[in-house]
Amino acid sequence: MTKPAKAVALISGGLDSLLAAKVVQQQGVHVEGINFFTGFCVEGHTHAIRSKDRGRPKRNNALWVAEQLGIRLHIVEVIEEYKAIVTAPRHGYGSNLNPCLDCKGFMVGKAHEWMIEHDFDFIVTGEVVGQRPKSQRRDTMPVIARESGAGDRLLRPLCARLLPETLPEREGWVDRQLLHDFSGRSRKPQMALAAEFGFADYAQPAGGCCFLTDENYARKLGDLWQMRGERSYEFDDIMLLKVGRHLRPRPHFKLIVARDDGENNFLMGYRRQFVHLNATSHPGPLALLDGEPAAADLELAARLTARFGQGREAESVEVEIVHPGGERQLRTVRPLPAEEIPAYWYL
Amino acid sequence: MNRQRLDARHLLCPMPVIRTQERVARLAPGEELEVLATDPGVLADIPAWCRVNGHLVLEAGPVDAAEREFRVCLRVGPNP
Ligand code: SF4
Repeated sequence: MTKPAKAVALISGGLDSLLAAKVVQQQGVHVEGINFFTGFCVEGHTHAIRSKDRGRPKRNNALWVAEQLGIRLHIVEVIEEYKAIVTAPRHGYGSNLNPCLDCKGFMVGKAHEWMIEHDFDFIVTGEVVGQRPKSQRRDTMPVIARESGAGDRLLRPLCARLLPETLPEREGWVDRQLLHDFSGRSRKPQMALAAEFGFADYAQPAGGCCFLTDENYARKLGDLWQMRGERSYEFDDIMLLKVGRHLRPRPHFKLIVARDDGENNFLMGYRRQFVHLNATSHPGPLALLDGEPAAADLELAARLTARFGQGREAESVEVEIVHPGGERQLRTVRPLPAEEIPAYWYL
Repeated sequence: MNRQRLDARHLLCPMPVIRTQERVARLAPGEELEVLATDPGVLADIPAWCRVNGHLVLEAGPVDAAEREFRVCLRVGPNP
């Protein structure tokens, strides 16, 4: 008896990758899942940070998908390597700072390396022709196959019948007739197939699978790059962009202000790396100052910090300013009135 | 049985799961690992990761009454 063919399926946690893996699994192929953690993934973080989200049941959607399929899941951390994709995408960005086409090529490329290393036969993705304006078009499908190095070992079971035959089909590892011809933005065929397989309660992320498609997040990342004069980031930078109110009152500094206890605790972990402020005479949030503040800036930052605490209507509030070296100073300030905070300060 | 420990405190999910996966890959079947974390997400994610990869969860819960730290103990399955 010949051994069944082995496929590694990209599992994002959404419906399409779940269905794609299921379609080949049903044809007797041994499937294992691979999931990439770039640092921008929507999974987890914000739930863990914000107090209001703590009570919500939380799950990792990629793991949930793997459980539905009864397959192993390998989570691969690609934080460092992914920086080049985000900061200098060859094919540019989508509607925000999402470099989807480069990202897909990168992930399929990593899956291809994994496939070779683990002696698997082909790669499966949940891509659908015409589903996304930039990264999932008929003419970008071969780009991903080519640039990833996967070539015709890349199978898209949901739209394979609209694309040229691939190796798994030619070798008879899968039957082309049992693959699909989905195209366009309609989700109906996927939902019908999900019902056929008996899948319910699957995740349906609105914009995409990562924060880079989020307009607010992309604006904050764009601001970070502009102020640094270059496109670069560290893991801590992109984590901090997910947390707190971000205000830039002056070009050379911004303030990150916690919105609740959860964010306060999270920012506490970073406070030693930054000038940080908090009111001592009234309850209020922790604020981190990112940049190079002059003396007058510290006064402004203290007044803003007071503004977001319970002393906002008080005549004066005492604010402690702590520098990264541990040096502390106490200032008594008048909280900045709301009307003196222009909308454009908010990132 | 010697039980190994992994400190995944102050990491947010899925990093504790990724660190667990890396450590388990270096262990032998039957060995045990205790993971300590501050993200309560580990109580859902590490057991789910264990289920799909064939490892046994021995214990998962808060370490202290204040629920600031969490512990998940597992026994490595046949295919680490
Ligand atoms: S939405 Fe994010 S993770 Fe998904 S393909 Fe685009 S850049 Fe990559």
